Amino acid sequence: MQFLIDNFWALTITGLTLGAVYALVALGYTLVYGVLRLINFAHSEVFMYGTFAALWVVMFLGGKAGGGTGQVIFWIAMMFVAAMTMSGLIAVLLERFAYRPLRKRNAPPLIALISAVGASFVLAEVMGLREKIVAWVGLDDNLRAYVRNSRNAVGLPDIVAKEPVFTVGGYAVTNVDIFVIVGAITIMVILDQFVKRSRLGRGIRAVAQDPEAAALMGVNRDRVIQVTFLVGGVMAGAAAVFYLLRIGITRYDAGFLLGVKAFTAAVLGGIGNLRGALLGGFVLGLAENYGSAIVGTQWKDVVAFVLLIVILLFRPTGLLGESLGKARA
Amino acid sequence: MTTTQNATKKVRPNLNERIADLPLPIKVVLWIIFALFLFALPLLNIPFITTPDSDFGGVLFTVSTYVLVALGLNIVVGYAGLLDLGYVGFYAVGAYTVGVLSSQHGSLPWLWCVPIAILVAMASGVILGAPTLRVRGDYLAIVTLGFGEIVRLTLINSEWLGGAQGISEIPRPPGIELFEVPSIDWSTGVPVVDLGTTTTFLKFGISDFIPYYWLALVVIALVLVFDILVKNSRVGRAWEATREDEDAAELMGVPTFRFKLLAFALGAAIGGLSGAMFAGKSGFINPQSFELLLSILFLAAVVVGGQGNRWGVILGAIVVSYFPERFREFADFRVLVFGLALMLLAIFRPQGLLPPRRTLRAKRADARQHVLEEGEAGA
Repeated sequence: MQFLIDNFWALTITGLTLGAVYALVALGYTLVYGVLRLINFAHSEVFMYGTFAALWVVMFLGGKAGGGTGQVIFWIAMMFVAAMTMSGLIAVLLERFAYRPLRKRNAPPLIALISAVGASFVLAEVMGLREKIVAWVGLDDNLRAYVRNSRNAVGLPDIVAKEPVFTVGGYAVTNVDIFVIVGAITIMVILDQFVKRSRLGRGIRAVAQDPEAAALMGVNRDRVIQVTFLVGGVMAGAAAVFYLLRIGITRYDAGFLLGVKAFTAAVLGGIGNLRGALLGGFVLGLAENYGSAIVGTQWKDVVAFVLLIVILLFRPTGLLGESLGKARA
Repeated sequence: MTTTQNATKKVRPNLNERIADLPLPIKVVLWIIFALFLFALPLLNIPFITTPDSDFGGVLFTVSTYVLVALGLNIVVGYAGLLDLGYVGFYAVGAYTVGVLSSQHGSLPWLWCVPIAILVAMASGVILGAPTLRVRGDYLAIVTLGFGEIVRLTLINSEWLGGAQGISEIPRPPGIELFEVPSIDWSTGVPVVDLGTTTTFLKFGISDFIPYYWLALVVIALVLVFDILVKNSRVGRAWEATREDEDAAELMGVPTFRFKLLAFALGAAIGGLSGAMFAGKSGFINPQSFELLLSILFLAAVVVGGQGNRWGVILGAIVVSYFPERFREFADFRVLVFGLALMLLAIFRPQGLLPPRRTLRAKRADARQHVLEEGEAGA
C-alpha cells in the first residue's frame, strides 16, 4: 500500500500510456463486434503486424539514436503510415478470407471463432517463420536484416530520446508518455467523429443497429463491414506505433496477450461501444498498475481479470453499456 | 430449409441409419470388434497411422485425453450452448488436486485422488458459474477466458502449489502385472508378431504409456455411457431448450439458470477427471501444461467435430490432437498448417465434420409442420 502511495503518479502515468494502447486495440474488437456480433479473435495479429511494419520502416530509413527533431518527426510519421497501412491491409484481408466466406454460407457464429483462431495461428506463424519463408523464396540475401532471428524479440532503435518534460508528484513525465496519451486520445476523438458524422460512419451505425433494415435502406452491408475492419485495423496500427515507442520491442507472438487485454478492455467498457472501449482501456491500464502495486507485479494479469469479472457481476453489459448502434447521431 | 426438402422425398437411409437398422446381435458384435481394435491399436503399429517421431502409445494417450476433454466441453458448448474459453482451468484444477493431495501436501494414492479431483473441479465450476452464468453468451466467453488465466497465473505465483516448477513425483495409477502382450512389427513390410517388444498388461510404468491409453479408453467409455444417459433424459431436453431459445424455455417452466449451472458443473467435472488422468500419466505437472492455447484447442476440437454430436466431437478431438503429432517432421510449420486447416474446415464444413443429427422429435415435428403447410396450400 505504501508503495502505491509513494509511486502514485508514476503508476498513473504508465497506466495511462498502457491504457491508451489497450483502448486503441479495443476499438477494433468493439467495432467488429458492433457490426458482426463476432469476436474478431485474430485482431491481435493485426496489431502485431503493425508493430513489425513500424519497426521495419525505421530500419529501412536508417533510424538511430540521436537524430535531429525533424528527422525524428519524419521517422515517427513514417511509422504511422507503415503500421496503419499494414494493419489495415491485414484486417481487410482477414475479413475477405476468414469471415466473408462464412457469412456467405450462413455459418453458425461459433465457427467464425474457429476460423478466426485459425487465421490468428496462420498470421502469427507466418511472422514467426519469416526467416524460413524468405529463404524459401530466395530473398534472404536482401532481407536478412529484417527477417533474422524470426522467433526472438526485435527491438526498435532508440530513435526518440525519452526526456522529462515536467514533474508530477515526483514523477518526471517524459515526452513519449505525453505523446502516447495525447496521440491516442486525439485519434479516438477523430474516430468518434467519423462514426458520428460521416456517411460511412452512419452506415456502420445502421448495420450495427439492424443489419436487415440497413440493407433495405440501401446500405451496402459488405462494404460497411469491410470499412469497419479497415478502420479497426488502422486503429490497431496506430496502437502498434505507440506500443513500440513505449515498450521498444516486439515479437511474432506479441499480439496475443495484448489482444486478450484489449478485448477485456472492450468488454469492460461495454462491447460495441466506442467510448466504452476508450474508458475500458484506461480503466484497465490504471487498475493493472494500481493493483500490481498493492498485491505484487506477478499478479498483474490476475488483477485485470478479477476486475473484469467483478464489473460484469454488477454491470452485466460493461461500464457504459453496449450501443454502437444506439450512439446518438 | 434443407430438412423440409428432405422430408418431401423418401431419402435413402444414410450409413448411420443403416447401422441403426442392423439386428441387435450384429450390432453388439460390431461394437466388440471395434472396441478390441481400439484397445489393440497401439500394439498393431499400423503403417502411416503410427507416429514415426514420437511414442505412439503416448500420442494415443494424449489423443484420448483430448477426447475426454472434448466430451466434457461438449456438454457445456454443444448441449447447453455456453461458450467456454477457459476450460483448461478445470483441467488444471483436476491435475493440481491430484498433485497436491498425492505429492505436494499429502500422500494419498492416485485412485483416491481422482474422485476428489472430480469433486473439486465440479465445485470450481459451480463457484465460477453461479455468478457468471447470468451474463450473456459472449461475455461468458471472456469471463471464462479470464478464469483460465487466473488459474494458470495463480499456479505460477503460488509457492504452496509448487510455483513455476510445478509438482513432481505424482504417484501412478495402481496396476497388477499379469501378462505380457506382444506388439506387431512392420519393418519388413509384412506384419510379424514381435515378441521382443511387449507391453505388460496393466503395469503403469514410466516408459510404456500403452496401459494409460487403455485406462483412458475405459474412462472414455464410462463417460460416454453417462453422456448418453444424461443427454436423453429430462436434463438433456432442458439443455436443448435453453440453447435454442432461453426466454421461451424459461416461459415453459425450465429453470434455465439451474440447468446451465448443471451443465457447467458436469463439464467441469469431466475436465477435472481428464486433468487427473494427465497428472497420473505424466508424474509431474507445471503451469506451462495449462496454457490458454489449450483451451482454444479444446474448443476447436468441439467445434471442428460438430458441437452437440458426441461422435463428432470425438472425431474433432482426434483431428486436433493427432495430426500435429503425426506430422511432427514438419515441426516448424505444423502450427501454420493447423491454422490453415482450421480456416478451411470452418469455410467448407461450417457445421463441423459430423454435424449433430436432428433428434427424432425435431424431425417428427418438422414432418408434421410440413403436412400442415401442404394442407393449406392444397385448400
